[in-house]
Amino acid sequence: MATGIKDKVAILGMGCSKFGERWDASPEDLMVEAYTEAMADAGITPEQLGAAWFSTHMDDVGTGRGGTPLSIALRLPNIGVTRVENFCAGGSEAIRAAVYAVAAGACDIALAVGVEKLKDTGYGGLPMSTVGTYIPQWYPNAVAPANFAQLASAYRTRHGVDAALLKRAIAHVSVKSHANGAKNPKAHFQKAVSEETVLKAPIIAEPLGLFDCAGVSDGAAAVIVTRPEIARELGKRNLVTFKALQVAVSNGWELQSSEWDGSYVHTTRIAAKRAYDEAGIRDPRKEVSMTEVHDCFSITELVTMEDLFLSETGQGYKDVLNGDFDAEGRIPCQIDGGLKCFGHPIGASGIRMLYELYLQLQGRAGARQLANPTIGLTHNLGGQPSQNVCSVSIVGLEGA
Amino acid sequence: MIGITGFGGYVPRLRLSRQAVAQANAWYAPQFAGRKGTRAMANWDEDSITMAVAAARDCLGAAGDRRRVRGLMLASDTLPFVERLNAGVVAGALTLADDVDAIDLGGSQRAALSAVAQAVARVKAGGGSTLVVAADNRKTLAGSAQELEYGDAAAALLIGSENVLAEYLGGGTLSVDFVDHFRSAGEETDYHWEERWVRDEGIGKLAPKAIASALAQAGVQAGQVDHFIFPSAFAKMDAQLAKACGIRAEAVVSMLTDQVGDSGLPHGLLVLAHLLETAKPGAHILLAQFGSGAQALVFRVTEAIGSFRPARGVSGWLARGAEERNYTKFLAFKGQLALERGMRGEQDKKTALSTAWRHRTALAGLVAGRCEVTGSVHFPPSRLSYDQGKPLQDTQKPYPLADRPAKVLSWSAEYLSYHPAPPHHYGQVDFEGGGRILMDFTDLDVGEVDAGTAMEMVFRIKDTDERRGYTRYFWKATPARAAAIPHAN
Repeated sequence: MATGIKDKVAILGMGCSKFGERWDASPEDLMVEAYTEAMADAGITPEQLGAAWFSTHMDDVGTGRGGTPLSIALRLPNIGVTRVENFCAGGSEAIRAAVYAVAAGACDIALAVGVEKLKDTGYGGLPMSTVGTYIPQWYPNAVAPANFAQLASAYRTRHGVDAALLKRAIAHVSVKSHANGAKNPKAHFQKAVSEETVLKAPIIAEPLGLFDCAGVSDGAAAVIVTRPEIARELGKRNLVTFKALQVAVSNGWELQSSEWDGSYVHTTRIAAKRAYDEAGIRDPRKEVSMTEVHDCFSITELVTMEDLFLSETGQGYKDVLNGDFDAEGRIPCQIDGGLKCFGHPIGASGIRMLYELYLQLQGRAGARQLANPTIGLTHNLGGQPSQNVCSVSIVGLEGA
Repeated sequence: MIGITGFGGYVPRLRLSRQAVAQANAWYAPQFAGRKGTRAMANWDEDSITMAVAAARDCLGAAGDRRRVRGLMLASDTLPFVERLNAGVVAGALTLADDVDAIDLGGSQRAALSAVAQAVARVKAGGGSTLVVAADNRKTLAGSAQELEYGDAAAALLIGSENVLAEYLGGGTLSVDFVDHFRSAGEETDYHWEERWVRDEGIGKLAPKAIASALAQAGVQAGQVDHFIFPSAFAKMDAQLAKACGIRAEAVVSMLTDQVGDSGLPHGLLVLAHLLETAKPGAHILLAQFGSGAQALVFRVTEAIGSFRPARGVSGWLARGAEERNYTKFLAFKGQLALERGMRGEQDKKTALSTAWRHRTALAGLVAGRCEVTGSVHFPPSRLSYDQGKPLQDTQKPYPLADRPAKVLSWSAEYLSYHPAPPHHYGQVDFEGGGRILMDFTDLDVGEVDAGTAMEMVFRIKDTDERRGYTRYFWKATPARAAAIPHAN
């Protein structure tokens, strides 16, 4: 009988590069930036690392394929390095692998690093990815904004929500995240925006405008994990431990049955239930202090609030408009600015989200510090709503 | 009795305004200022193959009854492939049996009539029902008379011996190398000789010989002809020819010039398919076409004519036209205007031919897999069926979706990717009876679809691999609008 991951592994240290259009930095530079901060935070030397997991998605810019890009960039001491790749959940997958390795006793201290250098692809948004030989012969040459925008058309239909009202609700998602990002020196975008600016922005994919889409940025993040007793031996206090690490992957049900109505993300609901169960959370609305969710597009964040059971189904847009997920709301969401302000360097995002929760739980979040958070949740959604990889991770103070 | 047992046509939805073309080109070619009406214009994702498929579906109706087609003749002067059986692509899209005898014909404006004559011979020899499909996607030079006169369209006739709607009575052919216009291999547009010479020495002298021969074989007097069809870009050429041949003036059939233009090779069959929608039993039809000689066919409409209706019919296609006044869109769709595509337009479209072959039924025919145990429908078909977490293995049987009613579950229209006609619309489409596909939409206006909009399937160009010159086809969804194709059971 599986007992879950709760409190078996602690964060020893974390680092996060400045996110943005890092024209001056190579992927290697970004990895070094995040890793150096994480190692200093952990207070260890490279020889103490037992294994590493490396998350990156695109091979276009030389960070893909195998474990060597990480090992060479960081001059690691010939430890095992494994590249993990699971769309936008890749960063969370790297964490999961490192945490499981430590929990299994396979190594004492493990490293997870995620990086993506999107601005070297030459695109203003995400480039088109190759998807094998069969899919391009029938599938639309689809882009992420339109795949996620379909949540909006289905959500409106399912819940009878007026198009203009939903547009205003998703605009608030972006307004809120920009307000938060303005307080974060590591965010790509550090400027507040008005609702009017969001509503009037050019349409990218109906009904999503420019400000409904995550930024396109370069960045890297790193986490070093160990068992709590080792962390204490190394002098660490106020440990942040893993409560749950869950991944749910589509099996074709959404696209191959008529049961899914397209207005929510099925895998998020499954991963969330499993994660709450693993973490021993019975009432997430009361027990979760804050979330960092996959706001690749504003509609995704709105729907995710329902899928994580933080809003009633069909009521998420009202909660968003009420400010429930604002910095001062009942469960702050994207207190660091989210993908909206950090952009979405794919391999790094999951670890970047954890970085914010780690800082918040340790009371080190500076101008955006929340009052006494105890439990935080990160959520990633890779692929598209109808066919995806979803991760839900929960961390908190030891014993919380 | 051998003759026409089914008919249909296809006219693209877009109709280019001649006035808009004349206005755009007035600085260069002011002589076209007075041109009126529209010409049919293929969408960017249409070519002779896709239009042939549309016409054939109009003729054959829903997929259930296609085993009777034993031969397929595709006639076109604008086939996308010089080597690769274009008719084979059409056969796949129509889910015809693999042992159908499919051939491509072309080379002259009268090739569609040659195909009909060959189909008659084939039926007579016991070869079974033969489908004749003709289509042209005509390329012209900007600022030319042909740009205004030509049109894009397709037509289809099923030739057989059961329930004959119009009996084939006889034909006449003249094959001579009279070159009024030509197009060399590899060229996109025609080169024309002087109109008066073509009219007087060519059509005026050669066509009557083929017509006389056809009428003689049919045992029909010229004065008995009730409907005379003769496509020509020359004004009143059909009336002059009728007079010269002793055909009554009132027998001359309208050539759809004001809506469609001259669609070239398929035009005779298109007008015939239009005429047959309202033809009366006993009426004699003379259909003639000119090109490298001339050919004429004679039919007599039977009492059975009222028993058949095409799925939409030429009149149905004519009625659903949407006027296009944007001349640069026409040029871009015809490949005559190089627009900025952005980086996403640089994507390599190389096709894995082995993959295309392995999945040919799903890709060409839009055939899903239906689990015989649970009834769940899967596209693409798979070895394992989804069934509440307990997959069943090898229970799926082929299940065509192309003629099933469908509706939009979710959709978007985006401006980010490269698309020849932005915004790029796509979404999830649910089929009546099961099946769901995330697919491209085509032939629609911004704001025309929403969740719940009824859609129908059309066979279109999916991608073009310009580096290697390969066209890839698949199905797209378009608003069903009126007169949907009947439901297949």
